[in-house]
Amino acid sequence: MSRKVLVLGEVRDGSLRNVSFEAIAAAKTIAEGGEVVGVLAGEAVSALGIELVQYGADRVVVVENDKLKQYTSDGFAQALLAVVDQEKPEGLVVGHTALGKDLAPRIAGKLSSGLISDAVAVEAAGGNIVFTRPIYSGKAFEKKIVTDGLIFATVRPNNIAPLAKDESRSGEVASLSVDIKDLRAIIKEVVRKASEGVDLSEAKVVISGGRGVKSAEGFEPLKELAAVLGGAVGASRGACDADYCDYSLQIGQTGKVVTPDLYIACGISGAIQHLAGMSNSKVIVAINKDPEANIFKIADYGIVGDLFEVVPLLTEEFKKLKVHS
Amino acid sequence: MTMNIFVLMKRTFDTEEKVVLKGGKINEDGAEFIINPYDEYAIEEAIQVRDANGGEVTVISVGGEETEKQLRTALAMGADKAVLINTEDDVENADQFTTAKILGEFLKDKDADLIIGGNVAIDGGTGQVGPRVAELLNIPYVTTITKLEINGSSVTVTRDVEGDSEIIETSLPLLVTAQQGLNEPRYPSLPGIMKAKKKPLDELELDDLDLEEDDVEAKTKTIEIYLPPKKEAGKVLAGDLNDQVKELVQLLHTEAKVI
Repeated sequence: MSRKVLVLGEVRDGSLRNVSFEAIAAAKTIAEGGEVVGVLAGEAVSALGIELVQYGADRVVVVENDKLKQYTSDGFAQALLAVVDQEKPEGLVVGHTALGKDLAPRIAGKLSSGLISDAVAVEAAGGNIVFTRPIYSGKAFEKKIVTDGLIFATVRPNNIAPLAKDESRSGEVASLSVDIKDLRAIIKEVVRKASEGVDLSEAKVVISGGRGVKSAEGFEPLKELAAVLGGAVGASRGACDADYCDYSLQIGQTGKVVTPDLYIACGISGAIQHLAGMSNSKVIVAINKDPEANIFKIADYGIVGDLFEVVPLLTEEFKKLKVHS
Repeated sequence: MTMNIFVLMKRTFDTEEKVVLKGGKINEDGAEFIINPYDEYAIEEAIQVRDANGGEVTVISVGGEETEKQLRTALAMGADKAVLINTEDDVENADQFTTAKILGEFLKDKDADLIIGGNVAIDGGTGQVGPRVAELLNIPYVTTITKLEINGSSVTVTRDVEGDSEIIETSLPLLVTAQQGLNEPRYPSLPGIMKAKKKPLDELELDDLDLEEDDVEAKTKTIEIYLPPKKEAGKVLAGDLNDQVKELVQLLHTEAKVI
């Protein structure tokens, strides 16, 4: 059965986030040959529409309005619901980001629809669209289907492979005019703390520090390694609680959940609270002075040693590798 | 103004415990159950807002009989009243739609000024219920907040957005969901525990809300639960540190192929 599926593209700092391309790939699976329609909402975002097409959308509907310059649940809900009303889709996919987590439940509520949050995989199986999602802080997984309403899901960044970008693809980018009104919560100011460098939740490489980092300055070698690998820096709760870094870097049960290709844990003991945020990373490297540290139990590769010796050596070695390749 | 405050609370499996399956489900026998940690922030914030503005804190939970324990803990922390909407006998297939629908029906005639929940539960991990309830009540909401300032009916909220902060202006009535950092939840004091025994804890069923089982039928269905494959113990390198580092980089490049 083919379906029409909408995908909300998410724009940050003038660019589409990778998770939007991953959401298109999920939508293709859900559509089973049907049409995938990208949706963009913002102040001036129509120029980005073609990129959604290049990643697999068949066409794009853009809602532009100066009241959509910043995300608000009221504004974006009105925009997305207007597109839903026009397109009458059978499926809807949004990234499981701050925006998606905030918006999707409301849309599901309004449409009286089921919603599967934080999907890490999607497949067509036995006549159903089956989503896989982590539960119990990542210690178990469930397979789930929607039984009423739209086939509606939010997808976790970095888990569903996007389609290859095809710049020869073309598709219509049409605008829909929506009267955005009654914004009941207004953003007065945005304080940037996390946006320097690579986005932690979408990073392919994460270099993470724990109590073993010992001080705010102790994060410097980790930052240098991250820079060489094009990765992001994260932290354990212990490092945040000790004030070595901002809570915006925290990875764990409280904090961010990351699934990079490579996770390098430096001076992190591996408490359950931390593992909940990173144990599904594809490859885990542990660097710790304590050979008994719990982190070695889930690491693919480990080095027992002082991170302040090991990390700078790693940085040098990766630099050499980059030069050679 | 005195504030009529409601907290949405969930009793959850303590996910710091080992998770094992029994008959295709998570085995709950002998497991530790707790107040969802994010809901503890919600309870604490509600108490602080009440203490600053006057009013009343009612903690609501949808669940079974055992949830009384966590509701008593909330009362011991300082909430005034608790309500358990017991769905044990009535609801077979529940999801976030179910919970939100029940909470929405309960809250619709309560004239709530402020509703606070956790931003996500650590067991199911969807974060859907808060926004769904706000939608049903047609009130504004702000998720993952780290600061709440109330001034008459206007409210300034700080929202955590993947590490950045948004300062948001909105107004009551309002629903917010708590993020870590909002406050430090208190432990129940001994006098608090004694007092909690005498505080009202009402129990309702779907009937009392004029709901039928069909009205709250889940809109999603779990078809399988499984544990991730056990990870083989990894390779701990040995030898001279310089050689270990060289070997690691080679392994990541050629064996794991992530670099």
